[in-house]
Amino acid sequence: MNAPPILPILLWSDALIWLLALAGATLAALSWRNPPSRAAWRRVGANRPGMAAATILAAFVAVGLLDSLHYRPRLENPLPEQAAAYAVEVLSALDALAAPLRLASEKTYSAPLATRAYAKETMEIRAADGSLRTLRDFPRLKYGGAHLGDDEAARDGDVLAKALAAAALAAGVFAALAWAVARVLARRAGERVGQAWSRLWKGETGFAWNAVLIASGALLLALLPILALCGDYHVFGTDKVGQDVFYQILKSVRTALVIGLVTTLVALPVAIGLGILAGYFRGWVDDAIQYLYTTISSIPGVLLIAAAVLMMQVIIDTHPQWFATAAERADLRLLSLCFILGLTSWTSLCRLLRGETLKLRELEYIQAAQAFGVADLAILRRHVLPNLMHLVIITLVMDFSGLVLAEAVLSYVGIGVDPTMTSFGTMINNARMELSREPAVWWSLASAFTFMFTLVLAANLLADAVRDAFDPRG
Amino acid sequence: MFAYLLRRLLYAIPILIGVNLITFALFFVVNTPDDMARMQLGAKRVTPEAIAQWKAERGYDKPLLLNLDAKGSGVLTETIFFAKSARMFAGDFGRAEDGRDITREIRLRMMPSLAIAVPTFALGLFVSVSCALLLAFFRATRLDFWGVVLCVAMMSVSGLFYIIGGQYLVSKLWRLVPISGFGEGLDAWKFLILPVAIGVVSGIGASTRWYRTLFLEEIGRDYVRTARAKGLSEIDVLFRHVLRNALIPILTGVVAVIPLLFMGSLLSESFFGIPGLGSYTIDAIGAQDFAVVRSMVFIGSVLYIAGLILTDLSYTLVDPRIRLER
Repeated sequence: MNAPPILPILLWSDALIWLLALAGATLAALSWRNPPSRAAWRRVGANRPGMAAATILAAFVAVGLLDSLHYRPRLENPLPEQAAAYAVEVLSALDALAAPLRLASEKTYSAPLATRAYAKETMEIRAADGSLRTLRDFPRLKYGGAHLGDDEAARDGDVLAKALAAAALAAGVFAALAWAVARVLARRAGERVGQAWSRLWKGETGFAWNAVLIASGALLLALLPILALCGDYHVFGTDKVGQDVFYQILKSVRTALVIGLVTTLVALPVAIGLGILAGYFRGWVDDAIQYLYTTISSIPGVLLIAAAVLMMQVIIDTHPQWFATAAERADLRLLSLCFILGLTSWTSLCRLLRGETLKLRELEYIQAAQAFGVADLAILRRHVLPNLMHLVIITLVMDFSGLVLAEAVLSYVGIGVDPTMTSFGTMINNARMELSREPAVWWSLASAFTFMFTLVLAANLLADAVRDAFDPRG
Repeated sequence: MFAYLLRRLLYAIPILIGVNLITFALFFVVNTPDDMARMQLGAKRVTPEAIAQWKAERGYDKPLLLNLDAKGSGVLTETIFFAKSARMFAGDFGRAEDGRDITREIRLRMMPSLAIAVPTFALGLFVSVSCALLLAFFRATRLDFWGVVLCVAMMSVSGLFYIIGGQYLVSKLWRLVPISGFGEGLDAWKFLILPVAIGVVSGIGASTRWYRTLFLEEIGRDYVRTARAKGLSEIDVLFRHVLRNALIPILTGVVAVIPLLFMGSLLSESFFGIPGLGSYTIDAIGAQDFAVVRSMVFIGSVLYIAGLILTDLSYTLVDPRIRLER
């Protein structure tokens, strides 16, 4: 009878995300053992904008990973002899942590930090003499500033006090972090903490510690006040159905990460395999592979994606028996979108790798290996592939931001993720008519814009750092 | 030269056949006409008779690839593949699911698309090249640094936000131009000016940064040093030597895009309510009108291949060192 309180669920995209995290860690360990690539990673580490961007990205990734641990809660059933039943709703660890945000649903729009709704409503109020009066006013929110009771005027002071306290905490955490880094640096170099401290802030460390610290300081300063306030207020307002916008933003992060990373995971093996084969064996293999990628890249990307997604939608709609929950259906749609994007985006990397392999195979060391009678497969694995990895890594980070932006456009067109799945694209799509309201409902769009911009900008900056470090021409 | 062109044109045929087969597989094999009929008819009216009638009306009742019941050449021609896909080679796109003639629609909607796409393209190229030249002139200064930062920031903004923000500011707050719509003839300018401006602005970041890299690559070359050594001013060096030579990769890069201008822009056309091919495609996707999507896929690939051939030709025209012999 002691059924566990939760039923863990591993969605396909969860499995891929964790696999990807594992692969990333393995790749990092492998490339750390290889001196040239270790030197390249050191150059990335010395790049200040790149490292600041990496710090911000790490925060996004942490949110995304938390949101990739899914489970179904057990339903409260009064009869102990019944088998335990689980809710059809699939939740994640992030949902559990953000339960106050998820459950604090208002009726409709409300502005950031508001205590009253956005639109007036007709309410019936019992006057002092006991007669009913109808009144048109902005209704009080159920959750936004509920702890204030009737004392709504105290809101500004309350918000300010909480934000300041959180900012002070952020400053304290930042100082502690900086001191800890300085201490580690001092111990490593065998100097006093004061010396390490000044070296750290003058930027005389090999790794860009000052950029990492400043970025994490900014992150703390921005996030802690939001976290301190989000339990009592809707920090970024609520949307049309009264859902907290901050919660939607948190959920969008995972969608963006899945699209940006899993897509590349799909495209990489195809691009690497075919590109190397075409460049190394030439002849009819080359012709066939070139024909394949020219054909696929000659179909306009959006249309190929639209065609494939429409087909996928028909298949999903005609086979409802495949999916136990709505989350599984949305997840399959997300994954199929990744696969489709991957199948349209491998061609450019494949072309690049083919050209590079053509160059490599004429080099002396490969010709020597061929003369010694080393098998083709061994040459490809040992001599060709490692010398292409820099191109693969550069493409991987450069594609990420483009894919995040593409998701928004595709969801707007209606061929993106499932409408029930929160993503930056669906947020923008739902909010696009809101600016034409009077007064304008700006908060949904503005917050989606801010967070998406931060994510993509950080990805772009990191991509630049990686490209500068790995590109032999640079 | 002529032989080369002929070869390239012949090479385009197997690619177009490949495109045709891929779209055919996507639209008819993965997803049978029965499924399509069910989608179009809606859940309530699905009966075997209704599906059969829907298929017969649109010619989807034939076999997919081979019609073994027919006689002679009918084995190949009395099929869905021949009727729906192979006919596109002759420029016959058939009818949309709502019964309208697709070829006529395309002809009608081409001009509004071009009216937006061509000015956006030309103006965007001019503005980006100018900005890149400015950054290259002030290279390794604060202006250059912050210019590149601005470019990266502009690249990181989704195109949707440029459109939504631009419409809100210019049309709603300042009331300078109508929010959306399209007019005939010269009246169209006030509908076009905002989408064109937004198109230019949203493209500036990425292309300026890319052109700046090309300029800087060119500036490091020996002939530029020679030009400076013989006493030319920096402006002369930039405009008479660097710009001319860097224009080769820039022009050959953009030539590939020119034919695709006919396809119009999906986003700005649908946001601004311009009756072009981009909004046609979006509407077709929204209405799940597979006949239109199929036709647009085919036209898009024809234009893409035209772009590839134009790129090769433009190389020989601007750079006499390259000859198309093979």
